[in-house]
Amino acid sequence: MQRTRMFQKLSLAMLGFGLAAGAAAADIKLGAAEALTGPAAKYGIAIKNGFTLAADEINAKGGVNGNKLALVAEDEQGKKEEAINVFKKLIFQDKVLLVFGPTLSNSAFAADPIANAAKTVVFGTSNTADGVSAIGPFVFRNSVMEADVLPVTTRAAVKQFGIKKVAIVYGNDDAFTKNGYDVFKSALESQKIAVTNTETYAKGDVDFKAQLTKIKAANPDAIVCSCLAEEAANIIVQTRSLGMKQPFIGGNGFNSPKLFEIAKDAADNTVMGSPWSAENQAPANKSFIAAYKAKFNAEPDQFAAQAYDAMYIVADALKKVKLSGSLDKDRVALRDALPNVKHDGATGKFAFRRAKDKSGKDAGYDAQQDAIVNIAKGGKFVLLK
Amino acid sequence: MLEQQLINALSLGSVYALFALGFTLVFGVLGVINLSHGAIFMLGSYVALLLVNHFAMSLWLALLLAMLTTGLVGLLVDFLVLKPLRARNAPHLTPMIATIGVAIILTSVAQGLFGAENKRFPFGTIPEGSFTLGNLHVTAVQLGIVLISFLLMIVLLLVMRRTQLGRALRAIAESPKAASLLGINVEGLFLLTSFAAAALGGAAGVLVGLSFNAISPFMGQPMLHKGIAVIILGGMGDIRGALIGGLFLGFAEVMSVAYLSSDFRDAVAFGLLFLILLVRPSGMFGKILERKA
Repeated sequence: MQRTRMFQKLSLAMLGFGLAAGAAAADIKLGAAEALTGPAAKYGIAIKNGFTLAADEINAKGGVNGNKLALVAEDEQGKKEEAINVFKKLIFQDKVLLVFGPTLSNSAFAADPIANAAKTVVFGTSNTADGVSAIGPFVFRNSVMEADVLPVTTRAAVKQFGIKKVAIVYGNDDAFTKNGYDVFKSALESQKIAVTNTETYAKGDVDFKAQLTKIKAANPDAIVCSCLAEEAANIIVQTRSLGMKQPFIGGNGFNSPKLFEIAKDAADNTVMGSPWSAENQAPANKSFIAAYKAKFNAEPDQFAAQAYDAMYIVADALKKVKLSGSLDKDRVALRDALPNVKHDGATGKFAFRRAKDKSGKDAGYDAQQDAIVNIAKGGKFVLLK
Repeated sequence: MLEQQLINALSLGSVYALFALGFTLVFGVLGVINLSHGAIFMLGSYVALLLVNHFAMSLWLALLLAMLTTGLVGLLVDFLVLKPLRARNAPHLTPMIATIGVAIILTSVAQGLFGAENKRFPFGTIPEGSFTLGNLHVTAVQLGIVLISFLLMIVLLLVMRRTQLGRALRAIAESPKAASLLGINVEGLFLLTSFAAAALGGAAGVLVGLSFNAISPFMGQPMLHKGIAVIILGGMGDIRGALIGGLFLGFAEVMSVAYLSSDFRDAVAFGLLFLILLVRPSGMFGKILERKA
């Protein structure tokens, strides 16, 4: 009798063990195609860190419905061609459930159609250009579009400094900075702010003095700059070296510790709108910052924060998905679960908003989130009240 | 504003000229378009940055040591890559392609060691001084770049024109074989040239790093493109040509921004380059199909 019961227990335990082993084998593979080398690596690496941190936290708490999240990160080098290759590898070879990335909007336009055609969710955490989510119904992003952030930023700056006329500087050979310029331009038009002159530069330029000298002659009240952090910092430094004191108005690209590493307090009075701020004291954000610093021994930035939130958003959606084991079905099930996720994370309250394509039909999903307007004081951004 | 733009043009042009100096020297003597010059230039600014950051070295000393280090790297590149190709009588294109490989390796190594992001010299190490004359602003670094470019160029010209060494180098430029028959140590002078050219490239890197706060593993690539344009414009292998060509490109770029639109900057600069080459296919100082040091 005793023996039979023991045997029963043992077989039950073995059954349980077998089940557990089966579940462990069903790790949920999530792909990340980010620029881990090349000029965009500063964003890509922060993004990968954000994913890793969130996935580790989720796994440490038992994963999603008992399944562990496994991140498959690949380097797309910030190049369109590489992004396409890496997307194909992740989707068809590694058979991931979802692809995060790519890092740049430029690459998203090239690679996202592949994921969309393969009915696999592509989740951008750093693509802010217009039209990315118009690619198709499998395209998601939690990066707030410039079109939502910049008008709020200019309005706040105009109020702060009593601005009547501005000059604009932007990089004209990059989807992100060009798109930022378009948004700024229409925002300035609708807010009836005159533009004295519009100057451009190309990727890799380091000397902006010719353009800035021209702006100096026009003497605007502020300089609107649709640039990435390092160019922005150099533009600010060179503006000051020409004896100009105008405040700067910038977009997402300004939101990096790099800005102050290069420009220091020359950047004071720069007004910048962003979806994330290190100054945001919400508990989710504070714990994110502390965990990031502890794990990577570096200051997190907006890109890490958005990636971190994205992983939690996907985990939330996965909780509602009953994995069938058929990759195609599970990919579509995840796609159907994602739009209902509401999240309150490091970047604040978040929901998805349906995007339209060019013909007005429903396409992918954009972020519905409020922008935070910051102003630079003493070498860092503080909230602009 | 014209005065300010002239100063902008002079300092930008001097940067191009300084970069092109080493580039053109290698072509003049070795007959090789050394496409790793951009990477060497990048290396120069990192070496100076490291020395200033970790050993709190003065800028002048860091500049000299950076020149020495990049010179040695240039020497190594010559010894490991160019020399074996010379020994095998490889056609002209081969060393050029090989140096692309060198550039990729150096860039990747720099990225692995220092990361992809832009670095700058720490605050307080760069002379922050600037001179203000009415509406005119000139920074000490700008002035330094112009002076050092001209100084290095004059030294190089004097060595080439007035010394026994220069005479030997010019003989090699005419014909390495004939020079060697005359008892000139051709291989030794090739190595010396590679060293000097790389040291000049390193110096340009340090100065650009100082003035633009944008030290990154990729800083050499755009400069390389401009450098190629400059030495073609000036006449391949000609030292005066490198200076004039550099200044010309700087002025063309700045003036097209000032009086047309920044959108047209490269179009105007390179359009002018094309026009000049139509009139003088060998560049401003070059002679057709003849190398000249």
